[in-house]
Amino acid sequence: MDTLDNRYVIQARNLGIYYGDFKAVTDVNMDIERNKITAIIGPSGCGKSTLLRAFNRMNELVPGARAEGQVFFDGEDLYAKGVDPVEVRHRIGMVFQKPNPFPKSIYENIAWGARIHGFRGNMDKLVEHSLRQAALWDEVKDILHRSGLALSGGQQQRLCIARAIAVQPEVILMDEPASALDPIATLKIEELMQDLKKDYTIVIVTHNMQQAARVSDYTAMMMLVNDGSRAGTVIEFGETTKIFTRPSDKRTEDYVTGRFG
Amino acid sequence: MSASPAPLGPFQDNLPRRHRLGAVWQWIFFAATIIGIFVLSALLLDILNESFGYVALEARVDPDTLAVDGVPLEDLPKEELIRILQDSLSASAFNKLNDEKPFEERSQANVYDLVIERVVKYKVLETWSLWESLIHSDEIRAQAAEEFPQAELRFVSWLTVETIRRPQSSEAVNAGVRTAILGSLWTIAITILVAFPLGVGAAIYLEEYARDDWLNRLIRTNINNLAGVPSIIYGILGLAIFVRALERLTSGAVFGLVNPTTANGRTILSAGLTLALLILPLIIINAQEAIRAVPQSLRKASLGIGATKWQTIWAHVLPNALPGILTGTILAVSRAIGETAPLVVVGASTAISFDPNLFSRFTTLPIQIYQWTSRPQGEWRHLAAAAILILLTLLLSLNATAIVLRNRYTKRF
Amino acid sequence: MTKKYNGEASGYPLREEGLRKRPRAGEILIQSILFFAGFFSIFTTLGIVYELGKEALLFFRTPEVKLWDFLTGTAWQPHINQFGILPLVTSTFITSAIAMTIAIPLGLAAAVYLSEYATEKVRKTLKPILEILAGIPTIVYGYFALMFVTPLLRSIFGRDVVEIYNMASGGLVMGILILPLVASMSEDALNAVPLALREAAYGLGATKLEVALKVVFPAALSGIAAAIIVGVSRAIGETMIVAVAVGAGPNFTFNPFRGAETMTGHIVRMSGGDLSYDSIDYNSIFAIGLMLFFITLTLNIISQRIVQRFREVYE
Ligand SMILES: Nc1ncnc2c1ncn2[C@@H]1O[C@H](COP(=O)(O)OP(=O)(O)O)[C@@H](O)[C@H]1O
Ligand SMILES: [Mg+2]
Repeated sequence: MDTLDNRYVIQARNLGIYYGDFKAVTDVNMDIERNKITAIIGPSGCGKSTLLRAFNRMNELVPGARAEGQVFFDGEDLYAKGVDPVEVRHRIGMVFQKPNPFPKSIYENIAWGARIHGFRGNMDKLVEHSLRQAALWDEVKDILHRSGLALSGGQQQRLCIARAIAVQPEVILMDEPASALDPIATLKIEELMQDLKKDYTIVIVTHNMQQAARVSDYTAMMMLVNDGSRAGTVIEFGETTKIFTRPSDKRTEDYVTGRFG
Repeated sequence: MSASPAPLGPFQDNLPRRHRLGAVWQWIFFAATIIGIFVLSALLLDILNESFGYVALEARVDPDTLAVDGVPLEDLPKEELIRILQDSLSASAFNKLNDEKPFEERSQANVYDLVIERVVKYKVLETWSLWESLIHSDEIRAQAAEEFPQAELRFVSWLTVETIRRPQSSEAVNAGVRTAILGSLWTIAITILVAFPLGVGAAIYLEEYARDDWLNRLIRTNINNLAGVPSIIYGILGLAIFVRALERLTSGAVFGLVNPTTANGRTILSAGLTLALLILPLIIINAQEAIRAVPQSLRKASLGIGATKWQTIWAHVLPNALPGILTGTILAVSRAIGETAPLVVVGASTAISFDPNLFSRFTTLPIQIYQWTSRPQGEWRHLAAAAILILLTLLLSLNATAIVLRNRYTKRF
Repeated sequence: MTKKYNGEASGYPLREEGLRKRPRAGEILIQSILFFAGFFSIFTTLGIVYELGKEALLFFRTPEVKLWDFLTGTAWQPHINQFGILPLVTSTFITSAIAMTIAIPLGLAAAVYLSEYATEKVRKTLKPILEILAGIPTIVYGYFALMFVTPLLRSIFGRDVVEIYNMASGGLVMGILILPLVASMSEDALNAVPLALREAAYGLGATKLEVALKVVFPAALSGIAAAIIVGVSRAIGETMIVAVAVGAGPNFTFNPFRGAETMTGHIVRMSGGDLSYDSIDYNSIFAIGLMLFFITLTLNIISQRIVQRFREVYE
């Protein structure tokens, strides 16, 4: 198996995800390349968020949710016995659909995660560094002690990105990070992702195909499988340019050209 | 190995410590919750413990000596029992009993109670709790034989059908809660009669009619604040308004039912009205919630076919809100049933041996418990425990009704 | 032009007015009755303020009572004309403080457990039990304090240390009474913290404890503060437990093992006897009641304000 290939950070093998008895995602196999942006697209309800959240074991916070199959992270199975979800989430961070800053100061929003993980360096520097990486520093450097909730929606989302960066993960998972934002704020986030690519691997869920085409290197197309079970799966996965220009699956073609969903 | 930079300082591996801390605290949180439940069981067990146990009794006249032709006392016909009373009591005492209620109208059981109370005259010398009675029964027997040689040692349940049937008495073994239960029922009936329509009306007004202006905001705030006023304050209010200012009404004098000169307002009517004021805010708040839960689409549908506002409320909103309103009312009423302090202030009496009516002096179950608990002699505490069991059973069945009602009729919109 | 669209043939009464508004007397009458019902509670408040104020004024008008001595005197002995409210106030606050030292830590811990740790099933079983605990009449708690907790305290600390009537026993049991209230209100506040905030913390790799204590708890702090304030107000106004278990005489002491009399306990004892109208005793319970009313009202208003602001943050 190619699980030890250092090119790939995350490798899903026969991954299936259940909510109680309901199988929401079935049979996913995909490799996510290091320092690239991978987009997951597909009609709503097909299991994009579910799949994404399986990559850092956020799903298990939902009572009754469970996964089968494997997800390898740097070659190590995230779902193996003895793996600590807390540590998993430290290394694979997450940015959510709606900005969710803590009701604390901007500074504390960033410092908090670092602190719980036993960060021992210079906190002020870390905060500045993270905010700079999230392209937010210039806007907030004078109001670091104001509440994170006082920022605009777009700023809040970048604050959440800065917060994720501050604990220095390898992968950042983003679930429709721009869907609640205006076009200008969206553009900023998209630019930011290009900068972050140098240091991090990014997996982004989006329902906006233009966005996927613009920002991502690879694209995974998800659909409900056709056997009436209402489970979603990845029907096509490859380089973004290929998915959008010469898809091999008819359903993908229909979807990206707007005849579907 | 990591592709991301870590230029700003290392992360110390602190995971094991963090998980240990997590486990410890989880245990603490759980323990705190369990303590609450543990105390509840301690409370119930304590009350059960006091409700049963050995009693050392001494009779002034041994009931066996009163048996006629081998027929035990309790099985004697009414006429025999009346004869025993006549023989043992002074003529005036006997006539007084007859005046209270003629002997022809009394039942055999009632006359038997009188014989026990007036002739046999049990006296409680010592009591033991259930735990003691079960664990140390031999010691108790030895102790009783030594200290009270004439006494009869009996294992009793303080809670019996008799306890519910009998009125007050000066001896704990003869006393019951009949008058208290009747008092509670009468009081609650008045409370419901006043508070339910008023409370539901207020809730309808606030949810369906009131605009968001200063007056209605004031009304809302005021209701919330009233819900937090200590119950004893309502007692003081009831004392000033119902007992004193409206004395002629609450004592029944305006209806010519009692002599106005002897009437005082410390009646069941005053008590019921006081408790009505007390639970009114609770009923309003609960009913408001129930009405709010009725979906707007239902109102629109009704108004859309040309129904008036009141027709809409009466035909659609209220029927759908009713289970919620009733549940809330039952909960408020069970609060009223357990209230003690305001009734003490309004002037509940304690020693009442007659069945109360609207304009009579009164006692209620919680008042009776309070009085018995405050008595120094040990036997009364057992009776209080029995009365608590009755009160809790009453409340529990009310609450169960409320829950069933909620589950059975709550529509999910 | 008015169109006649109803008439005998349609089965509806004939309506000549067309679409003009018709007076509906029934509707107006009903609306007035409902308004009266809504407005009625204002009378209750006015009644409380008026009656308590009136009699309290009479109390302070009597020559034996001096306002300054009332507020600072350490002896409440009406029969020798000493009207210092301090003994009643201190014992009220001591019993309330004991109650809150029980109710706050246990109540908050239980709230965190129920909202953050317990599975849905466990929560569904435990919460009703706590609610039952809250629904038991306080006289029953009083019985429990006097018959169970007091003997327990006396066997632990010694019969000559702990008096039969003492503040500790009443305070402890009052704490148990208030625990479910604090737990239930705090649990609501914790539950109201949006899921997104928890996810944010988990997504950073926080442990459950860190999420609960460092993110959810601070976010719910104002709701929790409101719960505690309501608890304090409840403790101050609580009557039957202290009337049964704490004692029957104003006693200026800070020793929790001694008997004393709280404001509420005093009102109950005074009115339990045959209270004659317009006596100084009668007036004095109104003065104490007025004070009680304002203390609890202030606390309740503060708590409501806090809850309102808390709501604004998240809605
Ligand atoms: N917490 C949950 N509990 C139960 N079912 C869920 C939950 N979250 C999502 N689902 C179900 O899983 C399927 C996939 O949902 P999701 O992953 O949110 O889709 P997407 O993000 O592609 O819109 C849907 O059918 C949805 O109803
Ligand atoms: Mg989604």
